[in-house]
Amino acid sequence: MDDFQYHAPSSVDGVLSALRGADDGKVLAGGMSLVPVLKLGMAAPSDLVSLRNVPGLSDIEDHGHCLKIGACCTHAQVAASSVVQERIPALAAMAGRIGDPQVRNCGTIGGSVAHNDPAADYPAACVGLGATIITDRRKISSDDFFGSMFETPLEEDELVTAVCFPIVDRAAYAKFENPASKYAVAGVMVAEGDDGVRVAVTGAGAGVFRVAEMEAALADDFSADAVSGIGVSSDGLLSDNVAGAEYRAHLVTVMAKRAVEACG
Amino acid sequence: MSDNGSNGTGFIGASLKRKEDARFLTGRGRYTDDINLPGQLYAHLLRSTVAHANLGSVDTSAAEAAPGVHAVFTGPDMEGVGGVPTGWLIHSKDGSPMVEPAHPAMAIGKVRHVGEIVAIVVAETRDQAREAAALIDVDYQDLPAVASLEAARADGAPLVWDEADGNLCYDWEVGDRAAAEAAIDGAAHTVSIDVVNQRLVPNAIEPRAAIGNFDPTTGEYTLYTTSQNPHLIRLLLGAFVLGLPEHKLRIVAPDVGGGFGSKIPHYAEEAILTWTAGQLARPVKWTSDRSEAFVSDTQGRDHISTATLGLDEDGKFVGLKVSTQANLGAYLSTFATCVPTYLYGILFAGPYTTPAIYCEVEGVFTNTVPVDALRGAGRPEATYLLERLVDKAAAATGIDRVDIRRRNFIREFPYQTPVALQYDQGDYDATLDLALEASDWDGFEARRNEAAGRGKLRGIGISTFIEACGIAPSAVVGSLGARAGLYEVGSVRVHPTGSVSVFTGTHSHGQGHETTFAQIVAETLGVDFEAVDVVHGDTNAIPFGMGTYGSRSLAVGGTAIYNAVQKVIAKGKKIAAHLLEASEEDIEFADGNFTVAGTDRSKSIGEVALTAYVPHNYPEGLEPGLEETAFYDPLNFTFPAGTHVAEVEVDPETGEVELVAVTGADDVGRIINPMIVNGQLHGGLAHGIGQALLEHCEYDDEGQLVTGSYMNYTMPRAGDLPNFNINHNTTHCTHNPLGVKGVGEVGSIGVPPAVINAVVDALSPLGVTHIEMPATSQRVWQAIQAAQAQD
Repeated sequence: MDDFQYHAPSSVDGVLSALRGADDGKVLAGGMSLVPVLKLGMAAPSDLVSLRNVPGLSDIEDHGHCLKIGACCTHAQVAASSVVQERIPALAAMAGRIGDPQVRNCGTIGGSVAHNDPAADYPAACVGLGATIITDRRKISSDDFFGSMFETPLEEDELVTAVCFPIVDRAAYAKFENPASKYAVAGVMVAEGDDGVRVAVTGAGAGVFRVAEMEAALADDFSADAVSGIGVSSDGLLSDNVAGAEYRAHLVTVMAKRAVEACG
Repeated sequence: MSDNGSNGTGFIGASLKRKEDARFLTGRGRYTDDINLPGQLYAHLLRSTVAHANLGSVDTSAAEAAPGVHAVFTGPDMEGVGGVPTGWLIHSKDGSPMVEPAHPAMAIGKVRHVGEIVAIVVAETRDQAREAAALIDVDYQDLPAVASLEAARADGAPLVWDEADGNLCYDWEVGDRAAAEAAIDGAAHTVSIDVVNQRLVPNAIEPRAAIGNFDPTTGEYTLYTTSQNPHLIRLLLGAFVLGLPEHKLRIVAPDVGGGFGSKIPHYAEEAILTWTAGQLARPVKWTSDRSEAFVSDTQGRDHISTATLGLDEDGKFVGLKVSTQANLGAYLSTFATCVPTYLYGILFAGPYTTPAIYCEVEGVFTNTVPVDALRGAGRPEATYLLERLVDKAAAATGIDRVDIRRRNFIREFPYQTPVALQYDQGDYDATLDLALEASDWDGFEARRNEAAGRGKLRGIGISTFIEACGIAPSAVVGSLGARAGLYEVGSVRVHPTGSVSVFTGTHSHGQGHETTFAQIVAETLGVDFEAVDVVHGDTNAIPFGMGTYGSRSLAVGGTAIYNAVQKVIAKGKKIAAHLLEASEEDIEFADGNFTVAGTDRSKSIGEVALTAYVPHNYPEGLEPGLEETAFYDPLNFTFPAGTHVAEVEVDPETGEVELVAVTGADDVGRIINPMIVNGQLHGGLAHGIGQALLEHCEYDDEGQLVTGSYMNYTMPRAGDLPNFNINHNTTHCTHNPLGVKGVGEVGSIGVPPAVINAVVDALSPLGVTHIEMPATSQRVWQAIQAAQAQD
């Protein structure tokens, strides 16, 4: 790991000004993605700006129509939150299956969202549930936020401060894990709410994507049978030593079916 | 004393808590990287990023000028220093010796695998060394690489070594080809199989490390290293590489965090660090990180085989022929050549009476990390092939899987196999019966039906196997090409007040020797367990030794200690006889007391020890002191055996395999510490299950390691494993006094075929007849798809 300047300001403004003052600054939240990348020498930022001293970023608030989850909430915190468990149980269950206990106790929702790893679970949760990403300066809908792998519309000095999840009628997440990394090979969030039915897939493609055909079928008939015959094309899906594109495409359908079943 | 060495004090056979755990569990272990010497510098090793290239210029000038840098050396700087040697000379079928290329410690002229060492940078700090290494400009002139057995053996394949035509190191054979082929030709049934035994990464929890040191006032070199066999390193490094006499070279292997075979070889790093320390007259430390370990620790397995078994009308095996290609990697590591030959081909009798067996093995060079021993080393590869083939034979003949094994078991001992080994003892029916009962084999159909109701395909698999452990004797292995003896050394020093220090040439890196060996000495010498400490891992403290591998430590090293104890007792009898004014012949030793037979007159071992060191009233002509050393060269291998049963459930939609039950019935010989034995079995089973279901070291066609981290190399985790149902049926080894055999490799040898046989059993209703390891979800799903496409 190369040397870097470390900052731990105590306000969002302090974070932003530290980022602006750096040649190549990076925000450090839980560090579960960034630190391994630094250790492998795949990134060498000049400055790391930690969020650990910024107050108010770890709250979970029930706003009636939505839950607002602070960017520094860990996965373990979301999984264990009685509010999340009661209001959006699919979200708590999803958070409880991210990585391993060490990752869940350090990794944060804001970090996961801002990193936009194509195999992370939160992008599917955000897109599937129709969440809104809140930054220091604006609100961005999930559909507009998650681009191809690691791409987001965030400015260099922009900080994710919270994510708002609308309360839905029913939702469930089904994931097939990479046995080594525990990232999703295919993770599918299915939700039905005011916004209609949403089916969001992570792990299989270069970024999270929705499956319109499944959404339409489920809007018509919210049952496992409705999606079990709907395949997604393997074109453009990821392929690695664990899962080729065809297998991933198959798993998307299986996981979608299981998510619908789990919606009850 | 009983015939098995027991004095009846109860230490042997007791699950005593491990002496070493106090320091390990409180973070007070002392590993190589924990050691820091005054004036120590740090090294970074620059490693090849390509699999095959001519080395053009290697410009180190910028690195040499970087902050804190003391020196940069490359291969040519070490020219004149010896190469890294190979420990076993294999001869091909035609009698010619294997191709044994030069193995310079650092690359000269060419690099032949990703991870090969190109330069060493030594600096004040680890970071300075690493940053300076990034400034070295290496001109890699790429050459085409061969990264797999298929690529290396293809017509016109690029050559790893110009002197090795077809990338062939040797073409070895064992057994009677004509007899095996004739038996197969005349057989009522023949069954063939093609199997791959995939490459694995050993993944000891402690990455390798080394500290070289040189004292210019004495000319003595010291190497602290993560080794399973410090004396062997001294022999190879001193005699073959640096040309140092033993008294000027000390090897210390302190606490070592796992080896699994990957810390047997003498590595180039050990030579480079020791030599560099001499050049600079400063201690120099190198510590591997995990990424580096993936491309620099020796790897294991990597065979492709085809085999045919002939059976008579009753299902008796009449002939077996095996043809194997074994990937040796780019350079010959210490035991690379013997693992796929003398630790592999001679296992093909297994527990069966097959009268004619032939095995041929091509050892093949590729542009990959060198391959060497990995837990089981040759024996898992043989056992997997044989037990898959036996299952296929059962399916082909319609004979029940258990029955066909039973029909072929060896029941008369000693048994001479057609492939060199002579088994001294065993009871294969007993372990089979035990495993069937403990696994509720007969109740399986109900469990299969219950699983089917949940949409799961449930399967059960079995493997009946033998191992050969404690490779021996020295004269025989020497005649087969071994360049070292395979005896072991134990010293027992009874101190004046009766406490005992035991010195062993074996090395403990997780096995619990400090406890097990203390139990043997406490029991046989009749002293308290707490009064015995075991010393290992330092060539200046231990008389000599060959180290720990091949499940040899207890059978060979433990016997050496036992024999040293007997020498102590024999001397003690002389002293006691003098003190008791009796004839030496009348002295009996039991429970720590020397007693005049038929009387109550006795002297304790403590009194005798004190007399030996304060010899005021002492036998004339007898040396003072009470310390004895024994060198023990075993008469034969030991032959642990057993039956493993695995039960799986397959999710037919995803191909996911869940291992739901594992039952072992093992005969590992006499058990000294049941807790440690079961721990060894658990670890070995996890290792074997990792091979069967999860682990796969993969290279791309250019020789780049695809699975170079835990993000894509799947190690078994606790959640991947069921609770193990471990059972024992013990027969004693007949040719060592403790009756012990060995246990460290049982799981990794026995369980992989049981797991795969279970997966195939689960999928057999769909028409699947074979699946390669690891049986990953994708592989199982693809097998299901292929079987359904054929319908």
